[in-house]
Amino acid sequence: MSDTSTHTGVPIELENVTKQYTSAGLAAVDDLTMSIPAGKIVVLLGPSGCGKTTTMRLINRLIEPTSGRIMIGDTDARAQEPNELRRGIGYVIQQAGLFPHMTVATNIAQVPQMRRCDKQRISTRVDELLELVGLDVAQFRGRYPRQLSGGQQQRVGVARALAADPSVLLMDEPFGALDPITRERLQDELLRLQEELGKTIVFVTHDIDEALRIGDKIAILNKGSKIAQYASPAEILANPASEYVEQFIGSGSAMRLLNFSKVADVELGQVAQVGPDDDVARIRETIDGADTPYALVVDGDRRPTGWVTSDGIEGRTGTADELATPIETTIPARATLQEAMEGLLSAENDVVPVTRGHGEYLGVVSLGTIQQELADLKERQKERRQHERVGAADGGDSA
Amino acid sequence: MSVTAAEARTATETPPSLVRRNWKSAITPVVLVLLVVALLSFVRSQKLDTIEQNNLALPYIFQKTWEHVELTLAGTILVLIIALPLGVALTRKGARYASPVVLILANIGQAAPAVGIIVLFAVAYQIGFWTAVVALTVYGVLPSLRNTMVGIQQVDPALIDAGRGIGMSAGGVLAKVELPLAVPVILGGVRTTLVLMVGNAAIATFINGGGLGDIVVAGINNQRPLILITGSVMIAVLALLIDWLGGLLTQVFSPRGL
Repeated sequence: MSDTSTHTGVPIELENVTKQYTSAGLAAVDDLTMSIPAGKIVVLLGPSGCGKTTTMRLINRLIEPTSGRIMIGDTDARAQEPNELRRGIGYVIQQAGLFPHMTVATNIAQVPQMRRCDKQRISTRVDELLELVGLDVAQFRGRYPRQLSGGQQQRVGVARALAADPSVLLMDEPFGALDPITRERLQDELLRLQEELGKTIVFVTHDIDEALRIGDKIAILNKGSKIAQYASPAEILANPASEYVEQFIGSGSAMRLLNFSKVADVELGQVAQVGPDDDVARIRETIDGADTPYALVVDGDRRPTGWVTSDGIEGRTGTADELATPIETTIPARATLQEAMEGLLSAENDVVPVTRGHGEYLGVVSLGTIQQELADLKERQKERRQHERVGAADGGDSA
Repeated sequence: MSVTAAEARTATETPPSLVRRNWKSAITPVVLVLLVVALLSFVRSQKLDTIEQNNLALPYIFQKTWEHVELTLAGTILVLIIALPLGVALTRKGARYASPVVLILANIGQAAPAVGIIVLFAVAYQIGFWTAVVALTVYGVLPSLRNTMVGIQQVDPALIDAGRGIGMSAGGVLAKVELPLAVPVILGGVRTTLVLMVGNAAIATFINGGGLGDIVVAGINNQRPLILITGSVMIAVLALLIDWLGGLLTQVFSPRGL
């Protein structure tokens, strides 16, 4: 346990899992089959009462399934003693659920204590975990939960869940009760932690933005924990599987999609280029040969450094480097379309160069490029709807 | 849980030490002891007749006071032996249906006049100290029982869920989460029981159970107000003293961090 984490995630398989509370009533979870890939964050998303929390609690057997099988890694969850099973699965709930009469350190130490780890080791482990979740050890170790802010409490909650170094983490609306700023910060930190730890995380929420932000995959659930769609955030935004999903992700899904499309995936424009040492005659020649009345100055490392315009070189002498207006904004290829848009709006020019790696020129992007992308999106959506309608008219089995 | 500015402020303050917190509460016993000293000196300064001399002799008063304390403590210990396990059992899954029935019984115990209970027991069994203790137990069980149940029931279900969720057994959750968090409420109930007991232990005298009731009744029967007042004041002082002690225990045994 000297390392922060040695257990990376294992896959979880739910096979035909059903939970029926009363024999007559509707099932809370109705014949659910779902596979959760190892080391990924899978978000269970749905309105209250859809069975998402029940589904999560089936995994650590806080609720026993009526039928079906749940495999965690290679072992059947039902084959293990429930308490022992739960000690091996991290569990985080809303408002952290810290025990108010125990100090932060004692709270975190609960699971290792139950596993009868040695005292000294538990103590070092607690310090490690506090550091991992970004809390100062000396300051927070001996505090009581009441003396912490909501965000700090939830950090301790995450530390407690990680204490026994589980491969699976269950999180039930962990950030639901926090203010938006703290929530966003903790979401970011969870992603950072996950990059480091690579656990399999099942995350329950009803907040679509939270789901899109942190999920590697999102399962949108309908009543009875029926999967309406189970896909990556970008896929769900681009191709909602049904009207229910569309309704759930709500308006503004196109805007949200801008957050998931990368500049690199868009067809970039190209402009004429000149070297930094080219003289006016050479620049003139290049610009005349191109469609645009300007050219991009690209240095020896293929980095864009400035713009030269047809008007700007009129009646002047010197090299391109001397005549150019320097470039202040470039957009990295890994940026999202939304970031690109922000860059474009704050840039002086309508056209902004896109770079990759260490600033190497790749192409240019303009508001027009993004407009085109949005138009394509709309076109694809329209096509899909038409396709659906035709399918329904044919008596297809889309229901 | 949103943290207000006030909460954040208390968060940074260290809690006052136990000694400093209790400095003020030490006033109560001092005042009570002074009161007793004043009363006894007044009694000694009076010219007493034989009956008064017999009933107000210091050793006799102390003996009766001690008997009174014995009645109270024995009754309270019996109450704890019954109320704590029963209270815990009645909050367990599967036994909850029984709790209204038990609470009704406990309510009857307290609602019935104490004198009635004690005489009834004496008639059914015999007179004396232990019969009085049993009657007091029946009378005083309700507050401890009810507070044990309420104390456990008021524990946030989310904490129990958290406990089970991280792999505590049902017994583990009870021992590590439910009981510690219920301690302040349970001790509040025990304190009420104690005070009830001190007051009602006076009627043990009717079945020859001893205690300060002997002095009070002697005062009434012989029409000696001084005896009556001395007995009554001693009971009152004892009740206040025990209540103070209960408060102290609650402070000491309540978990920190609440």
